[in-house]
Amino acid sequence: MRLADRNGTAKNVFSGIFQKLGASVLRVLTSLFVPAITFYVLYVGFMFLKRSEAPAAVLAVVAIIWGVGGVAALYFVANWLIGRFPAQVRSWLQPFLFVGPAMIILGWYLFIPAVRSLYLSFFGPNSQKFVGITNYVYCFTDRTMLQAYRNNLLWLILGTGFSVGFGLFIALLADRCRFEKLAKTIIFMPMAISFVGAAVIWKYVYAYKPPGQPQIGILNAIVTAFGLEPVGWITMRPWNTFFLIAILIWLQSGFAMVILSAAIKGVPKDIIEAGRVDGASELRVVFNIIIPNIAGSIVTVATTILIITLKIWDIVFTMTNGLYGTEVLASQQYKMIFKFLHYGRGSAIAIILLVAVIPVMWYNLKRFGQQEVF
Amino acid sequence: MKEKGTGKRGGFTVSLILIVICILWTLPTLGLLITSLRDEYIATKTGWWTALKDPKGFTLSNYKQVLIGKDYTYVNVEGVEVTARSQNLLLAFANSLTVTIPAVVIPILIAAFAAYGFAWLRFPGRKFLFTMVVALLVVPLQLALIPILRDYNRIGLTGTYLAVWLAHTGFGLPLATYLLFNYISTIPRSILESAFIDGCSHFKTFMRLILPLSIPALASFAIFQFIWVWNDLLVAMVFLGTDQKIAVLTQRIFGLIGYLGEDYHLLTAGAFVSIVLPLVFFLALQRFFVRGLLAGSVKG
Repeated sequence: MRLADRNGTAKNVFSGIFQKLGASVLRVLTSLFVPAITFYVLYVGFMFLKRSEAPAAVLAVVAIIWGVGGVAALYFVANWLIGRFPAQVRSWLQPFLFVGPAMIILGWYLFIPAVRSLYLSFFGPNSQKFVGITNYVYCFTDRTMLQAYRNNLLWLILGTGFSVGFGLFIALLADRCRFEKLAKTIIFMPMAISFVGAAVIWKYVYAYKPPGQPQIGILNAIVTAFGLEPVGWITMRPWNTFFLIAILIWLQSGFAMVILSAAIKGVPKDIIEAGRVDGASELRVVFNIIIPNIAGSIVTVATTILIITLKIWDIVFTMTNGLYGTEVLASQQYKMIFKFLHYGRGSAIAIILLVAVIPVMWYNLKRFGQQEVF
Repeated sequence: MKEKGTGKRGGFTVSLILIVICILWTLPTLGLLITSLRDEYIATKTGWWTALKDPKGFTLSNYKQVLIGKDYTYVNVEGVEVTARSQNLLLAFANSLTVTIPAVVIPILIAAFAAYGFAWLRFPGRKFLFTMVVALLVVPLQLALIPILRDYNRIGLTGTYLAVWLAHTGFGLPLATYLLFNYISTIPRSILESAFIDGCSHFKTFMRLILPLSIPALASFAIFQFIWVWNDLLVAMVFLGTDQKIAVLTQRIFGLIGYLGEDYHLLTAGAFVSIVLPLVFFLALQRFFVRGLLAGSVKG
């Protein structure tokens, strides 16, 4: 326990020892006291926020200050604490201060849950009784689950395919157009809209009124204008899943477009010019020069949207809540947790989702390994 | 005509196709905006596009009702008296801000520290830990719902803002750490060394030098995370619970979908309230957002 003062040069041996001892004890005490005070203050703040009946605006401001300030304060106190150690110990502790908090949170929220979910997936509804692979048998035989796989596959293929396809198409068009910036902003804008907001928007697009009444949904207005019967877009199996996927395409094409547009700008101009000089048609320039050159970006965009479609939940939850045969894996999992209170099956579905992303994870790691950043 | 990009060679057809696509893309949102400004009777009886030909019946009362509306009673078709609860979305707006601001700042701070540590400190296990960050980039958050919910219930954290902040921090950290590492590791070594010669500690160098230098990268991730947290429904539903006092906008809008059903004039007003802030942010800071997306997409 030598937290001794490095500059202390004792003239008098005895008083020096006493001074040193006293100083060390004092140092240890303050070292413990300051973090303890910090934690206590943060705890008092937490309890205030939890119990207080103060006006909402006050609570909001206090909560924000408490949350942001609390984290900053913890870093400062930790740094102060580390500064009280001798230089050698300090440099050994330094990485813990910088990387430690991130690693603890990543471990708690993502890494360990993977293991815990795997464990829980072998147990019953309330995680008490070991049931072996019963939950997985259920997940691969239940009719709704099978329907969810089929729908998820549709989301995956059509959602990803059309988002990337439209994104590429629009990026290519915009690249050849005078109002490129405006067009890109318009297509990109839905990215800022939540899935719930989008659900309201599209519920209205798909709105259905019985024949004879004026249609307020634009799609049915068009359909009836042609003299046809109005369509219940959202309830019409199996096509309703396609109409839900259309919402995702509307939201995500802008993302694909932005990334691919930047990639297209990066294609060396002399190659394209050379192709044109050789008399290649614009279509051939696109397919034989531009697309092979941006293949990496296309893969990137595709995997990103692929992961989104795999986890898709909000659109289904808000538009149909999984009714009319639109169930997907994530909405099934949510139901298992909150409706059927079956943690075992919920965990099993989570593990199935994890297994499904492993190829992408492996691909990412392989690419990261090639970068040699370390 | 050679300008930027691959050379502008588009003719009239290209412009026309693009204009048609842009109109198609805008129509759904335009419908939302127009309907939210029409009065109840006209909005439930006619399509919003009729307002373009015959502009009448515009009102702000839908917004007044969803933002600060009061309770009112009416007699429904079956002759039963019903009380319509007020839809105080202003409170939900404040709650959304309370959830979002710390849920953006906290992961940025923690990730910036970690990125600095990975970039400039030498310690055993450095490469392994960063590889873990890369691996966790794509792990679905569904995996964490049950274990974290059990932890929260055990320590009484469910239904508090802290619970949601921490969850968003956990789920946002891999991308934040990865993005900020990519940026911070490219800061020239000489800048840091001059700081060390002046006697700065790592902490001081980080606070005084690296954080200010990293502002473009921090801003990019901040916008990204802001839109993601503000628009999130799942994390809020699971960890914040359904107490109206602390429910965020997305939860309330979701509730309204079931509660208001066909009352599109109110539903659209509520939805517009929820999308206006990210939309403004997005339009104002689009450049940073695009930069963040491009940097993030390197992850593949």
